[in-house]
Amino acid sequence: MSDKIKIAVVGSGPGGISAAAHAAELGVPHVLLEATPKHSDTIQKYQKGKHVMAEPNVLPLRSPVPFEQGTREAILDAWEHSLSQHQVNVRYQARVQAITGSKGDFTLTLANGEQVAAEHVILGIGVQGNPRKLGVDGDEAPFIQYQLDDPDEFKGETIVVVGAGDAAIENVLALARNNQVHIVNRRDEFARAKEGNLAAISSAISGGEVQCFYSTNVVRVDEGDFDGKPGRIVLATPSGEAEVAVDRIICRLGAIPQRDLVESFGIEFPNADPNALPVLSTRYESNVEGMYVIGALGGYPLIKQAMNQGYEVVEYILGNSIKPADHPLLEAKFEVLPYALEVDEVLELLQERIPIFSQVNPLVFRELMLDSNVVVPEPGEVIFTKNDYTNTFFTILDGSVEIEVSEDLVIESGQGNFFGEMSLLSGRRRSATVRAGPFCVLIETPRRTMNKLVNSVDAVKRVLDETFILRTIQQRFAPGVPLEELRPIAKAAKMNQFRPGEVIFEEGDKADALHLIRSGSVTVAKTFDNREIPMAYVAAGNYVGEMGLLGNSDRSATVRATVKTESISLDSATFLDLLQKSPELLERMRDDVKLRTQQNVRLQADASAGDMLSFLMQQGLGEATDVLLIDKELCVGCDNCEVACAETHHGTSRLNRSAGAVFAHIHVPTSCRHCEDPHCMKDCPPDAIKRSPGGEVFIQDNCIGCGNCEQNCPYGVIQMSYRPPKKPGIWSWLLFGAGPGPGQAYDKGEVPRGPDEQKKAVKCDMCKDLAGGPACVRACPTGAALRLSPEAFVDLVSSR
Amino acid sequence: MYQSFITYRGGRWFWVALLLCAVSIGLYVWHDLPQPPGGGTWLGYTLGTIGALLILWLTYLGRRKRNYASNLGSVQGWTSAHVYLGTSLIIIATLHAGFQFGWNVHTLAYVLMLLVILSGFFGVWAYLRYPEILTDNTGGKTRDDLFREVAEIDKQLLRQAAPLGAEMETAVASSVERTQIGGGVIAQLRARDDSRVVLPGQGLVANSEQKPILDLVVEQLSQTSHREQAAILREMSNLIGARARLLQRIRRDVQIQGLLRVWLYFHVPLAFACVAALLVHVISVFVYW
Repeated sequence: MSDKIKIAVVGSGPGGISAAAHAAELGVPHVLLEATPKHSDTIQKYQKGKHVMAEPNVLPLRSPVPFEQGTREAILDAWEHSLSQHQVNVRYQARVQAITGSKGDFTLTLANGEQVAAEHVILGIGVQGNPRKLGVDGDEAPFIQYQLDDPDEFKGETIVVVGAGDAAIENVLALARNNQVHIVNRRDEFARAKEGNLAAISSAISGGEVQCFYSTNVVRVDEGDFDGKPGRIVLATPSGEAEVAVDRIICRLGAIPQRDLVESFGIEFPNADPNALPVLSTRYESNVEGMYVIGALGGYPLIKQAMNQGYEVVEYILGNSIKPADHPLLEAKFEVLPYALEVDEVLELLQERIPIFSQVNPLVFRELMLDSNVVVPEPGEVIFTKNDYTNTFFTILDGSVEIEVSEDLVIESGQGNFFGEMSLLSGRRRSATVRAGPFCVLIETPRRTMNKLVNSVDAVKRVLDETFILRTIQQRFAPGVPLEELRPIAKAAKMNQFRPGEVIFEEGDKADALHLIRSGSVTVAKTFDNREIPMAYVAAGNYVGEMGLLGNSDRSATVRATVKTESISLDSATFLDLLQKSPELLERMRDDVKLRTQQNVRLQADASAGDMLSFLMQQGLGEATDVLLIDKELCVGCDNCEVACAETHHGTSRLNRSAGAVFAHIHVPTSCRHCEDPHCMKDCPPDAIKRSPGGEVFIQDNCIGCGNCEQNCPYGVIQMSYRPPKKPGIWSWLLFGAGPGPGQAYDKGEVPRGPDEQKKAVKCDMCKDLAGGPACVRACPTGAALRLSPEAFVDLVSSR
Repeated sequence: MYQSFITYRGGRWFWVALLLCAVSIGLYVWHDLPQPPGGGTWLGYTLGTIGALLILWLTYLGRRKRNYASNLGSVQGWTSAHVYLGTSLIIIATLHAGFQFGWNVHTLAYVLMLLVILSGFFGVWAYLRYPEILTDNTGGKTRDDLFREVAEIDKQLLRQAAPLGAEMETAVASSVERTQIGGGVIAQLRARDDSRVVLPGQGLVANSEQKPILDLVVEQLSQTSHREQAAILREMSNLIGARARLLQRIRRDVQIQGLLRVWLYFHVPLAFACVAALLVHVISVFVYW
């Protein structure tokens, strides 16, 4: 065992490098442990020449290591240089497998069995995780690799790819061009693959270009000379053992989540949610004293944040109480407040006054405030309007607001309360108009920040859910009844989750509960001639199942979730309670039932309408808020819609007219449907994807080009694209032949591109900045293109 | 819910055009003119001015269509108006001329205008008739999808032909290689199968609708007594049949998409010629006034 050092930094990403360099510059005994042969493994794996952004721009960098936006290579070189300049004690291929001990006396055990003793540990290991190994004898053989950078590097080799996911399939298809490739699939089908990959691999296998071993496990890997090849893989196939002499084995078995490793170090997570983050103090210290977590692992995905934290943590370990780099940002944010208080005092005051935030740990709360805005509206000012699509969350720090749900339901809400949780949780339009009262001070928190909080702090989730149920019941069923009286009913209500396609209740079942759809949507279907024919589409915010409950009978239809759906259910006893409290409810529901029945009758006459509705739902339109549909009976294929899109959006069309499915002359082209709960928003490091009040989901200029949204969108409507220069006007084109003409794109290679330019994500923004609305629709000469909201689907299917 | 440009807003532009024609005819019939009807009367000048402005405005559709951010009506509305008001020109221009025609530049402008309108009528007919046929033909698939299906069958055919001997292999490979789709404008619009194939003992011959290659496979099938070979040949004949149907659909797709576009190659140049002749007509009328 070597001598004890002051700080061991695990992981040489931006945070780790920054921490180690700062320790080195202060002359603190340290070691930087890196599992791979190179520093910054995640960034090394970026594609060649990728432009890396330095968001957030407003945050100053505080680190001895330089960082500004530029190419991957330039940044990695600068860090490499910095590591040697500061004489950082870095050890490569030193994978930490275990950490034991406590503050002042940690022991880090490396993969090779060596041990390192340290007083403090800084974990900056990111969230990438280590690739899952084969786990059989011989899995350390030199010809086994876990990554494939350039498939064209290999020619004429025999290669076995192990794995059945998209990464494995894509590797196999690329390698099969120049090599003899086998794929080993543990199962009897490629169940996890994307549809395009599935089709491609199936055809490659049936075409004999790739040999597939289904239901096969790897037994062992042998090194040696096998028919002139360096190794051999032994497989257990359903028809017995098989051997393949190989030049190379590529394992694509996914990654082991970092969480397991981190938990083995003693660090606790608040709950089992895969998105949960470890609990940290304001000084990034975990529940294990002396062990610090920085960077993406702690919930800070941006490079600059991680580097600042690396610097700060070293200072904290040395006992220096420095202000975090974001201090001036918060100071500026709090300037509008009518209090003469320091930043830390304001933060304390906020947590004290706002109960929902009181449980939150101060570090998380600080981060939340960095993302949030302090709003000081004039009395009477509208905060948001009913039916807006905004989805931020508001808390009241001072004063009060007036919440107008409808003419007969106006609620006043005061200090410490919150509002806006309905849209936050359901992704639907605002259900009320909110106006500021006198002396009102509000905190507005973006949706992504709030979701992060909900995922990591159970108490917040619970409070939000309970309030949501209570307020929904009041709004939908009992506007005249005070919240206090409704509390027991809300307590008895249940939250349910349904997978896409899952049955909520079935025709003929005994009616036992009413479901209020909180998010997602459902179809209501009846069975005719043994066929289930959907008759209605019901969006979030409405209820289903009241017909059976009112008539106290059996279910008259089957209700099915179209997408991931959440509902709040009230059983019949609770429902009767509610009816007693709010007698006029019965009348209103009867009206609703009557309307629904009429609609059903209208659709029943026509089974093809039901088929059309099913088709639309299969295209994922159950989660859409606004979708482009083309009537093939009118479309002449002129592509003026695409051209109009490109011309009004920096040269890249965000819709693909010819792609997409067609049913009974209705065509769903590849274009954004502005989902209720947009998949693209899920994992955007700079939080660049926003929803405007009109419902348009759009990408702001601070996109860093990481491509997460492109991958997360199940409908393939986001592309990564350069922004071409502005085109010359139509007359200079017509008269002088300058540049490409209207509707034409620049030729490839024609556009000079600066070194700093990089691809960014682009998608449909529904032309929110154009006065006349979507250009695709307005440019259609024949009226074939329309944008519809799902509420109009019933009209669409019954009009055909 | 969807409206075509013909029924756009309840045929609003139809009524406007109808009104325009009715008023023009009414004035023409009702007014007792001091001289024979023609461009030189006050009514002639009025109708001529309306007609000339209409022609310029109709030509401007080409510009408006490319004004993608424009908020001045929708392109569909413009198209609807273009169709109806363009049609009304027949009446307006004829009344403007007072039925005086001759071998001169004035009548040339009039004839060119009629040709533009006629080609436009074909366009309207094509736009109303073909989209549905287009979709039904491909079953909602794109042309690329169909090509991918053909390529997939090609691969299978080549694989199956490999063990059947050199002659068979050559025949199948040549039928794949020498499959012909599209070509020049005429070939696209004709949509005939000009594919060729190398048949044993016959050399390079026409392979219309893939029938000769299918015949070859079927004949081989009838002669073979080998069970496995028969199975392969049977499968091949099915694939060739499916492939021929796919090729037919692709050709039909090329044909219809061609028909949807080809009229514009007459309509637009004729329109420019018409505007030029109109200019000459107007200038000469004023010069010789």
